[in-house]
Amino acid sequence: MGWFFKTFNYSVGKKLLMALTGFFLILFLFVHLFGNTFLYLGPDAFNGYVHLLNETNLVYIIRVMEVILALGFAFHIWDGVRLWLQNRKARPIKYYIKATDPKSTWTSRNMIYSALIIFVFLVIHLRNFWYEFKYGSIKQTGATDYDIVVKTFQDPIYMIIYVVSMVFLFLHLHHGFQSAFQTLGLNHKKYTPFIVWAGRIIAIFLSAGFASFPIYFFFFYGGN
Amino acid sequence: MALESKIPAGPIQDKWTNHKFNLKLVSPANKRKYDIIVVGTGLAGSSAAASLAELGYNVIVLTFHDSPRRAHSIAAQGGINAAKNYPNDGDSIYRLFYDTLKGGDYRAREANVYRLAEVSNNIIDQCVAQGVPFAREYGGLLDNRSFGGAQLSRTFYARGQTGQQLLLGAYSALSRQVGLGRVKLYTRREMLGLVVIDGMARGVVARNLVTGELERFAGHAVVLATGGYSRVFYLSTNAMNCNATAIWRAHKKGAFFGNPCFTQIHPTSLPLHHEQQSKLTLMSESLRNDGRVWVPKQKGDKRHPNDIPEDERDYYLERMYPSYGNLTPRDIASRAAKRMCDEGYGVGETGQAVYLDFSDAIKRLGKKVIEERYGNLFQMYEMITGDNPYEVPMKIYPAPHYTMGGLWVDYNLMSTIPGLFVIGEANFSDHGANRLGASALMQGLADGYFILPYTIGDYLASHKFIPVKTDHEEFIKEENAQKDLIKRLISINGKRTVDDLHRELGKIMWDYVGMSRNAEGLTKAIQMIGDLREEFWRNVKVPGNDADLNQTLERAGRVADFMELGELMARDALHRNESCGGHFREEYQTEDGEAKRDDENFAYVAAWEFKALGEWVLHKEPLVFEYVKPSTRSYK
Amino acid sequence: MSSKKLNLTLKVWRQPGPNAKGEFKTYYAKNISSDASFLEMLDIVNEELEAKGEEPIAYEHDCREGICGTCGMVINGRPHGPLQGITTCQLHMRHFKDGDVIYIEPFRARAFPVIKDLIVDRSAFDKIIQAGGFISVNTGSAPEANSIPVKKENADLAMDAAACIGCGACVAACPNASAMLFVSAKVSHLALLPQGLPEREIRVQRMVAKMDELGFGNCSNIGACEAECPKEIKITNIARLNREFYRAKFLSNVEE
Repeated sequence: MGWFFKTFNYSVGKKLLMALTGFFLILFLFVHLFGNTFLYLGPDAFNGYVHLLNETNLVYIIRVMEVILALGFAFHIWDGVRLWLQNRKARPIKYYIKATDPKSTWTSRNMIYSALIIFVFLVIHLRNFWYEFKYGSIKQTGATDYDIVVKTFQDPIYMIIYVVSMVFLFLHLHHGFQSAFQTLGLNHKKYTPFIVWAGRIIAIFLSAGFASFPIYFFFFYGGN
Repeated sequence: MALESKIPAGPIQDKWTNHKFNLKLVSPANKRKYDIIVVGTGLAGSSAAASLAELGYNVIVLTFHDSPRRAHSIAAQGGINAAKNYPNDGDSIYRLFYDTLKGGDYRAREANVYRLAEVSNNIIDQCVAQGVPFAREYGGLLDNRSFGGAQLSRTFYARGQTGQQLLLGAYSALSRQVGLGRVKLYTRREMLGLVVIDGMARGVVARNLVTGELERFAGHAVVLATGGYSRVFYLSTNAMNCNATAIWRAHKKGAFFGNPCFTQIHPTSLPLHHEQQSKLTLMSESLRNDGRVWVPKQKGDKRHPNDIPEDERDYYLERMYPSYGNLTPRDIASRAAKRMCDEGYGVGETGQAVYLDFSDAIKRLGKKVIEERYGNLFQMYEMITGDNPYEVPMKIYPAPHYTMGGLWVDYNLMSTIPGLFVIGEANFSDHGANRLGASALMQGLADGYFILPYTIGDYLASHKFIPVKTDHEEFIKEENAQKDLIKRLISINGKRTVDDLHRELGKIMWDYVGMSRNAEGLTKAIQMIGDLREEFWRNVKVPGNDADLNQTLERAGRVADFMELGELMARDALHRNESCGGHFREEYQTEDGEAKRDDENFAYVAAWEFKALGEWVLHKEPLVFEYVKPSTRSYK
Repeated sequence: MSSKKLNLTLKVWRQPGPNAKGEFKTYYAKNISSDASFLEMLDIVNEELEAKGEEPIAYEHDCREGICGTCGMVINGRPHGPLQGITTCQLHMRHFKDGDVIYIEPFRARAFPVIKDLIVDRSAFDKIIQAGGFISVNTGSAPEANSIPVKKENADLAMDAAACIGCGACVAACPNASAMLFVSAKVSHLALLPQGLPEREIRVQRMVAKMDELGFGNCSNIGACEAECPKEIKITNIARLNREFYRAKFLSNVEE
């Protein structure tokens, strides 16, 4: 199997790893967004959903999935950082005049920055919810998971952090989705325009979907 | 010294086959004991180097470019001829031979031209196998188009980039051998001197263009594939770095120069359009397939071409040469354009241009077809001139383009220096006094793939070689001579730039040794070139030093050689009291202004031996025509 | 087209040698015809420098027809200048305005070290071709040309890819200094033709390995290469290279 792992050390292999983990993470975002919609159905629905995942036998599958997900993130990040470092090294002296061609997109040229912001967001997000749901002190006061969400999103700072981060998620996906197809070699005169559009719609759908929760709870939720 | 052409006996169809059988062979195990130095990596050089390495020889390749792929063969646009007869229009090896010989105005060897036609088909096979993406029909088979000087379609092409694709094919074959370690490739090396030991070519001295160091390369044979010398005119369609230095230095070491005055002026170049211009750009001759050449019937008509009605246009090529029309050979089309302009019918700001009009073809075939055929050429035209040729007729004018002359070689492609082989445009070649379109690529590849690899083996097998290393005294002598020359160029520190002097030389060459020549002008030119040469060596300014990358120094050496070659061209043109092909002497023309050949007195190759500057000895190799009797070339 | 005269300020990268420190120097190009090409403008500046006994700006050029791939510099931040689909030698001064300030830099990439001023060493491209950018066919062993039919669409696509002139603008333009467009053009050209198929697996593996070894960056599908390529070679070729690579690695027995 040596050949298999070596393949991912070629430039093309590294990109393949980026694309595959990227697709996996996009898939996860869909699942995550689906779960989040329980927030719109009220506290009972959401708390019930969380309970279902954590307190029933499903938990074993979920724990395994969590590990796989964490690995997905880890590989995506590790591979991205390694590519970025190599790419920086490939041009030791930068151009004095920074001009760009008229065709390539800003998002494609700045994936590392959108990634960086999403990463910071991820840390905050895990601290806010994953940690709080599991080990948070607020749980001792009898607050439910739903309450934690509401409390977080009603904080204007978090609300802004979440919404802004979703803008960067959009930028990341805007390039990432179609780029992953290109990396997989799926570039076709007939289908690529569709893929590009599908990528944009998916990017908008996911980022707007996630951003809707902080916006809803900050502006429209009258719970307290 | 008598010239031995070594043309084999027998019927023309069998000459090459018999000759190949009679050539001595080097056994496979012995081939690796021979080192062959190939200078130049165009079609001829790359194909030869790759083929020799495939056979098992050790090959050393030198090029002054940063990569073999940059050689100027890459700029050939139109196509490559072969006698495949795919279009079923009656082509044959014999017809290609006949057309090429006639196109060359009966100033080439029958046997060479026949061999060229004979191997033309192998070239196409070879190139297709290498992956050259020739144009194809919908059925998947190869497409052909017609070209000047032929009444049938035998030209294979890859859009307007045939030379590029063929060169990349040869380059890929060469690269394969470099990768396998059988070719040692030295880029950014300019050959400056030939090393002759015991009368045999045994090596070269080259300048490393990055470090400025002189380097020595030893071998058992030297192959020059360094192209032509049109840059002697300063303005030409040749690339800026094309030069005659390698062949000229070899000439001064004893290699005879064949027919130096046979230069080709290409009819479809872009006219000069501003005074700071550095070169002329070629528009492929293939454009004449669909474009119609015309001038206004009225002298000095300044109207916009699209405002000149049909009946006030003179489609002079169609008028003067009805059977070939716009596809007359290059020399004839060029001279006709010059005549039109000289008589005052020329167009454009300078009056030194004629129209090449595609409106009829666009009407007939649609813009899409024209775009498919010539898209990149039209784009190139618009880029340079700012005019859109789909809407406004192109303006064209003749420009120096190719040199049929070059170092004299025998049937084995060996020069008068044993062991010095010359291939491609660098030799005096198979094109006689005029080359037909799409034949240069054919000749370069024929020499490199299918002729030299055989004939060089015969030379190696039939000679004894003393071991020669690069510390041999001849190498040291040659290196010192080159060092002195470089020192001298740098130390003059005069007032005039290299380009300035080159431009002046070019003007003399174009005015007196250009498209039409006469005894008075040529005599004057010889004097002027001599004076200019003196001025050059007194007053040239080469900044920088020799231990570094110094592009001015590179150019200075090349221009110094042009200053000598120019004189030989004028002398050759002056001695040839006839008009033939690209060599048009005003004193020798028919009543209607066509070239008047003199087969009685000039049916020979003029091979010039260098004695001293200004002193050459003429040797004549008679041309015998057993198969095609020379006739007045008529394209009417 | 009526021609005008332009006066320009040039800021040109001068670097005496590979290891020397480089810097921008200012030159003035005076009275330049708008019909002149960009390189002719540099020639004029250089000739003035030569006349003064100064070393001219070293830059590479040859055919001046956009086909040899020798010329190449970064003009105001853009490889081959502000226009698309052309080489530096095809750029003409009519696209500049009187009084413009023009910055000229060499192509910058670790794999293309500067030799002098605007001249860079692009022999890395040759090394990639030497690693596998060919069809192994010895002279004389070719079958009859028309015994290998090629679908016209494929022949055309192969020609599109084979039009690459190896100038290196793709590397210069790529924010990652990746050579993927160059490599993919050759891989595509040969993979699209039946003649190239016997070696398709070994070829792509060797060329990619060589490209990686030479210090080019990784492709991240930005598309700047396609935008700046003077021959407008498409990144669909990169997708094809990717497919060829996976095919060779995961589906074939040919190991490299």
